Amino acid sequence: MVAAMKRTLAEKVWDRHVVRRATGEPDLLYIDLHLIHEVTSPQAFEGLRLARRRVRRPDLTLATMDHNVPTTPATPVDDISLKQMEAMARNAREFGIRLYPMGAPEQGIVHVISPQLGLTEPGMTIVCGDSHTATHGAFGAIAFGIGTSEVEHVLATQTLWAGRPGTMAVTVEGALPRGVWAKDVILGIIARIGVSGGVGAVIEYRGSAIRGLSMEGRMTICNMSIEAGARAGMIAPDDVTFAYVEKRKHAPKGAEWERALDDWRALPTDAGAHHDREVRIDASKLRPYVSWGTNPAQTVTIDERVPDPDALEPALREAAGRALRYMDLTPGTPIRDIAVDAVFLGSCTNARIEDLRVAGDVVRGRRVRAGVRALVVPGSMLVKAQAEREGLDRLFRDAGFEWRDAGCSMCLGMNPDILGPGERCASTSNRNFEGRQGPGGRTHLVSPAVAAATAIAGHFALPEDLA
Amino acid sequence: MRAVQRVVGRALPLDRANVDTDQIIPAHWLKRIERTGYGAGLFEAWRRDPAFVMNDLRYAGASILIAGANFGSGSSREHAVWALDEAGFSAVIAPRLAEIFRANCLKSGLVPVELAADEVTKLLGLVHDDPRIEITIDVERRTVEAPGLRATFALDDHAHVRLLEGLDDIAVTLAHADEITAYEAQRAAWLPSLRD
Ligand code: SF4
Repeated sequence: MVAAMKRTLAEKVWDRHVVRRATGEPDLLYIDLHLIHEVTSPQAFEGLRLARRRVRRPDLTLATMDHNVPTTPATPVDDISLKQMEAMARNAREFGIRLYPMGAPEQGIVHVISPQLGLTEPGMTIVCGDSHTATHGAFGAIAFGIGTSEVEHVLATQTLWAGRPGTMAVTVEGALPRGVWAKDVILGIIARIGVSGGVGAVIEYRGSAIRGLSMEGRMTICNMSIEAGARAGMIAPDDVTFAYVEKRKHAPKGAEWERALDDWRALPTDAGAHHDREVRIDASKLRPYVSWGTNPAQTVTIDERVPDPDALEPALREAAGRALRYMDLTPGTPIRDIAVDAVFLGSCTNARIEDLRVAGDVVRGRRVRAGVRALVVPGSMLVKAQAEREGLDRLFRDAGFEWRDAGCSMCLGMNPDILGPGERCASTSNRNFEGRQGPGGRTHLVSPAVAAATAIAGHFALPEDLA
Repeated sequence: MRAVQRVVGRALPLDRANVDTDQIIPAHWLKRIERTGYGAGLFEAWRRDPAFVMNDLRYAGASILIAGANFGSGSSREHAVWALDEAGFSAVIAPRLAEIFRANCLKSGLVPVELAADEVTKLLGLVHDDPRIEITIDVERRTVEAPGLRATFALDDHAHVRLLEGLDDIAVTLAHADEITAYEAQRAAWLPSLRD
């Protein structure tokens, strides 16, 4: 390596994990942490068993149950789901992997629990059989989703064959207006660059607006990188990052902590390093966003109206028309006039403690609009416990929200929490694909603040719209 | 993984961009712990629409799917590849395939073919005009041929060899076990571990 070569954050982290590099091959990349959940792993373990292979580094592997678990103790688990959870437990036992199963105090959505436990740290490579693994990039790690065969490969070898990604910078400068949250920043970015805007690249989010965010806000941003088609998203580690990691269960301690800090401080992109692409966004122009369509780039600000497909650029028209038919929306309708049947506050995008605090503040002393089903599903049992210590559960319950146990829940509709056909939902999750929250269901992506205000108003609203 | 040298067959034209894996195989199919049993879930919601192209009997038995850009976006679920495979597809052609989906294809031997947008448009037109035309994908030569069209597609050497020979990826990697062990020996001591 030439000492004078200027490199980006992503390049630095990537390069230090290359086990083998040869022409005509992708890099063989070492994986520092492999996160596992019940849905995309059973076939991988079965593959290991058939080939009589072991897990190379059980100590670098963490399993939980999140996608499929019911989030009320009263909900009966169907037989197939139960089989899947049992398989996870059996595989963890047989291969010596730490598992936080349903009922464990550390259980929760995989991308929420790993940072909480201090397992997600700057400069690491982290993979998971889940496309929102990019969440961990908020710490300056390279983190991305993989398929089940790759899960098997990482289990057996602790490595992955992967081509060195391109680099892209999204710079958000300025102060965020009041009422604009991290979720609005990322929805605004995706609306601008499109669902293929980040293809082939690791997006580095930077600029004063990003620096000003908490770790939780940064995780919300990186979480949705895949929605812009990117391989991953990253934010350079700084004092905010270090303060978050320090003293967590698996964080380095004592002299190790000092050594780690020295290392992490060298990670940020060198001055003058080159990104293949750059997009600049003026933070002061951002507003709360609401998606109207069936992909996350089909989004407008809450002050706007449902767009007319004919007014869009030709390449987007047909998809927009189909999306509006699916969403049962009429062009020209003000976003605030759209009524909802359900509100979902949850998912790995927006179910951390700060999200619940913001939403809790909005619903304090208010009631959910009659006829609206409103759900809070904390991202982890630790988030849930903390929220309860702060009395947030009371705020939500008193307002008429259901207060649940941790899991993915209505983010993807694998457990019994699903939308009925035609039902419309304001959701803090990350995907508004057709049927994502249940067959025929209609999803609008919003921030926790907008979700909470919408639950009270019964239609899309900002907290300041409420009487 | 099975080896695949050539795919010869008729095609199903799915002229839509950004087809996500939630459409290819909805989440409620993901509760299974087996690698099989997903074929019936392929495009489950869209198949309920009688006008959906998969319900057009002229395309029954197609083994090549032709789709719009960004096919397979969204969730990393490899079940999407397994569902296509079980429903009889051996290759997917699109102007661009979503990255995780493409990687998953290579693991199962479903041939991922990315062509220029105008070539895909032309191919879609040919298949619309005559659903019976035969398309040949030659993995060895990295070419697609149809009556009136010959195109080449990119496939890095590494993926190329693995597809042609149906290699067990993990066995290939484990041949580098020494290099992995050497790498592990110099990892920083502070990196987190679940040992304690
Ligand atoms: S909350 Fe939703 S997006 Fe996040 S891991 Fe679970 S299913 Fe995936």
